[in-house]
Amino acid sequence: MANKLNMRDRYKLMTRLGWETSYQPMDKVFPYDSYEGIKIKDWDAWEDPFRMTMDAYWKYQGEKEKKLYAIMDAFSQSNGHLNISDARYVNALKLFLQGVSPLEYQAHRGFARQGRHFTGEGARVACQMQSLDELRHVQTQIHGMSHFNKYFDGFHDFAHWHDRVWYLSVPKSFFDDANTAGPFEFMVAIGFSFEYVLTNLLFVPFMSGAAYNGDMSTVSFGFSAQSDEARHMTLGLEAIRFMLEQHEDNVPIVQRWIDKWLWRGYKVLSLVSAMMDYMLPESPMSWKEAWEVYFEQNGGALFNDLARYGITVPDYAEICTKEKEHLSHQVWGILYNHTAAAAIHTWMPDDAKMNWLSEKYPDTFDKYYRPRFEYWRDQAENGNRYYSQTLPLVCQTCQIPMGFTEPDDPTQISYRVSEYNGDKYHFCSDPCKAIFDFEPEKYCHAWMPPQQIFQGNCGGEGLPAVLEHYKFNLGADNMDYVGSPDEANWNLWKGLNGSVSGDVKAS
Amino acid sequence: MSTVFLALQDVDDSRPVVEAIKKDNPSAVVESQPAMIRITAEGELVVKRETVSNESGTDWDPQDIHLILISFGGNVDEDDDYFKIFWQD
Repeated sequence: MANKLNMRDRYKLMTRLGWETSYQPMDKVFPYDSYEGIKIKDWDAWEDPFRMTMDAYWKYQGEKEKKLYAIMDAFSQSNGHLNISDARYVNALKLFLQGVSPLEYQAHRGFARQGRHFTGEGARVACQMQSLDELRHVQTQIHGMSHFNKYFDGFHDFAHWHDRVWYLSVPKSFFDDANTAGPFEFMVAIGFSFEYVLTNLLFVPFMSGAAYNGDMSTVSFGFSAQSDEARHMTLGLEAIRFMLEQHEDNVPIVQRWIDKWLWRGYKVLSLVSAMMDYMLPESPMSWKEAWEVYFEQNGGALFNDLARYGITVPDYAEICTKEKEHLSHQVWGILYNHTAAAAIHTWMPDDAKMNWLSEKYPDTFDKYYRPRFEYWRDQAENGNRYYSQTLPLVCQTCQIPMGFTEPDDPTQISYRVSEYNGDKYHFCSDPCKAIFDFEPEKYCHAWMPPQQIFQGNCGGEGLPAVLEHYKFNLGADNMDYVGSPDEANWNLWKGLNGSVSGDVKAS
Repeated sequence: MSTVFLALQDVDDSRPVVEAIKKDNPSAVVESQPAMIRITAEGELVVKRETVSNESGTDWDPQDIHLILISFGGNVDEDDDYFKIFWQD
């Protein structure tokens, strides 16, 4: 019997399975990887540093799945939901299932497409593996959350919501944008900007926070997914490096995509900032600290590494540096005000949480946000819990309501406008406006929730008709945590003060 | 020189790997966080097959790192005998 091949040879033999087509010319078989202007001289230069082959892939993924499902079963059998820190925590999971898990599915579709369309077979094989990973992620997430769905509201129609509900258009439009780009732009958008620079913020500190709050099911699927992301990050970085090394004309194109997609991803992740700082009852790390470690330090190292190709840190990095002091508080304020139309509960933090926020944000929380939040809390305690009844103006690019402030003036809402073909378009920031201005013919077609509601395309006139169109269980899925069935159930299960005998959602 | 990082699940299979990292990378900083171990080092971090195998008492394949890996920051160089992350600057 022959000796076992080494890793390098195995990789070469098992990933270079393509051939020069003869019935049709290659550029007709692979028609989509040239129109973006990226020039490739030698597809053989593509190499996956992990040298993952299909046999090893199945072996490791199979082992990971076995471990993961054993933990999820144990969590379920031991009524793990009763061991979480507080039922408020579950709202972070709702937002995750509604906003993030459907993106995993979109990533599955996107990478399946690139796995068909790249001319080089090394890139195709890597994309096909990633496509399978992403399908695994959405499946394990739905499976993991199904336990919570038995006991809490806000999980039941996540896929229906993802395509319709206003705040979910933020992540949905992000991925629609990527999936309607060419294959190379998709690789920068998802493979590089999202996977390499940004998923660390979601799957590392947030998941570590899930563990800190007693949720072993979520931390397990989170870390299991991120172990795949580790391969994806490598693929994303390889894709960038490959493009930059193939031709100098590729550099400005790649730089523009990096600038665009880091910003697009950053805006989507602003939801995660609120999840970390406000939805985790016990927070091991603030959003600002996570941003410093995983974007400024780690992303900074990455940009140093890419500097030799002429790639630079996006100009707007200093906006992010200023906003890290404000982002989570402003996003939480937006969600709090619009909770009547959201399938999550929100609440005002208690004193202990406010003190933690003061400690983590010494320059901004007490000055700008604590007075506002204490006022809202007093109003709620006096029976005047405020729910916005109007539709917000949302940014044409990131689709987040226009609630962010000027980078240099936290008391002034940031507001930008462009005109295109006689119509006005509104933006939350300079980078969102710049993205639109470069491709207005793409973004003028964006599906904007408020406009669609006003046009009568979302169930009819008035909030109740729209919420019915969304398939919300009114009074259960939406509104403040205080007074919700989730709260009543939790107090009953835990024997806490204020528990009333009532219907427990599942037996 | 930029900092590389490696995040591993805080599970039994990670212990020999972490011990091996400490031996082969004396300047690496090992930090415990909820459910995870975060290891940072200046410039590069290497995990050697031989050292991990000695620590665990069983042959360890560098690709086995996929079973405990959460994330990392750096370029990857992986072969039959080692798994390395590094920045080139």
